[in-house]
Amino acid sequence: MYIAQEAPGAPAEHAEYNVLGVPLAEVIVGLIAFGVLLFVLTKFVFPRMESMFQQRVEAIEGGLVKAEKAQAEAAALLSQYKAQLAEARTEAARIRDEARADAEGIRADVLGKAREESDRIIAAGREQLAGERASIVRELRGEMGALAVSLAGKIVGESLEDEARRRGTVERALADLESAGAR
Amino acid sequence: MITQPGFLASEFPPGVDVFDYKSLIPSLEDSMWGGAFTKLSLLVWMAVAIVIIFFLVTYRNPTLVPTKKQWLAESVYGVVRNNIATDIIGPQGVRFAPYLATIFCFVFVTNLWSIVPFAQISPNSHLAFPVVLAVLTWFVYIGLGIKKHGVLGYLKHSTVQPGVPWWVHPILVPIEFLSNLILRPITLAVRLFANMFAGHMILLVFTLGGVALWNAGPLLLKPAAFGSWAFAIVMTLFELFILSLQAYVFTLLSATYFQSSIADEH
Repeated sequence: MYIAQEAPGAPAEHAEYNVLGVPLAEVIVGLIAFGVLLFVLTKFVFPRMESMFQQRVEAIEGGLVKAEKAQAEAAALLSQYKAQLAEARTEAARIRDEARADAEGIRADVLGKAREESDRIIAAGREQLAGERASIVRELRGEMGALAVSLAGKIVGESLEDEARRRGTVERALADLESAGAR
Repeated sequence: MITQPGFLASEFPPGVDVFDYKSLIPSLEDSMWGGAFTKLSLLVWMAVAIVIIFFLVTYRNPTLVPTKKQWLAESVYGVVRNNIATDIIGPQGVRFAPYLATIFCFVFVTNLWSIVPFAQISPNSHLAFPVVLAVLTWFVYIGLGIKKHGVLGYLKHSTVQPGVPWWVHPILVPIEFLSNLILRPITLAVRLFANMFAGHMILLVFTLGGVALWNAGPLLLKPAAFGSWAFAIVMTLFELFILSLQAYVFTLLSATYFQSSIADEH
């Protein structure tokens, strides 16, 4: 447009302008300029964009794979924990059972011991009683004979004492008494 | 433009001569190399520099989680890669994505000059630049076809339509040959060139028309100048739409041609 103001100044200087002309100089300029642009962009810019697109695709796909892996890991951990929990449960049950059995054993033990002790005490008491009884019987036997004889002597007369000794009447009477007492 | 109306008032309506840019190096003006140093060539170089700097700066330290700038650079490439290359050519289209993305960026930024203040002309309004791109695409898709089917196989692949009665072939084969192998690069180049050329013309008509109305004399016409300028602004926005669309279409058609070359069937 700036040229427009020059045009009237020098119209005859040039041949008629050919709108459809293709001057070689412009073709060369166009070729070189476009060639330079094509070279620079194809060599330095677009391949880097392609590799960036590729990296982006890989990053997204890699993220998906990573997420999947994390999920699988979590699932594995969960099942592991569940197994551990079940194991702990059975362990606890086992310990409880054992403790119960132990308690049972201890109780039986204590009971047995107590019974034994009581038996022992009872037996000892019985023994003591029997001993005491025997000694009492022995004492009584001696005293009763003498008492009965002296009593009878007092009643019947002194002569009976010798005869009774001779015939063992007192012993027999005592034996009868004893057997009757034992019965 | 609007701030310096007297500057441009001399020329209305604008002719094709407004596209005749002089060499920025006066001594080369009359040699054949003058065209290599015009404002348009400068804009082409600037576009290339801007695109390269944009990508190198935004993609200097790429990270897995992109920054805003990195995301912007990636979406430019990503749109061409996924929505053009892969959608049209299929999974193997990814290997054409760098070429297609470069085409898209180059066409888009050079087109964008048509509405950038002080540039206000797209290099693509000179046929030579679209021709370069179209011929490159043409070479690529012919090369792909020959590599895939062989010379004769590709010739048959691109000219003989299956499922057509035999007596139609004498008419259809020359038409297919012409449209698939000869006219494609021409239509590709001319479509882009004509759009940018016409867009520039339309903007000139409305801005210079406003100037002409302002300078016309009768006081009654002066408000009309503002209407004309307002419409120039509307057309600038429209031009933004067109230039984006053309960059997209150029890339899309290139991808379609590549696909037709490497397809097994029609």
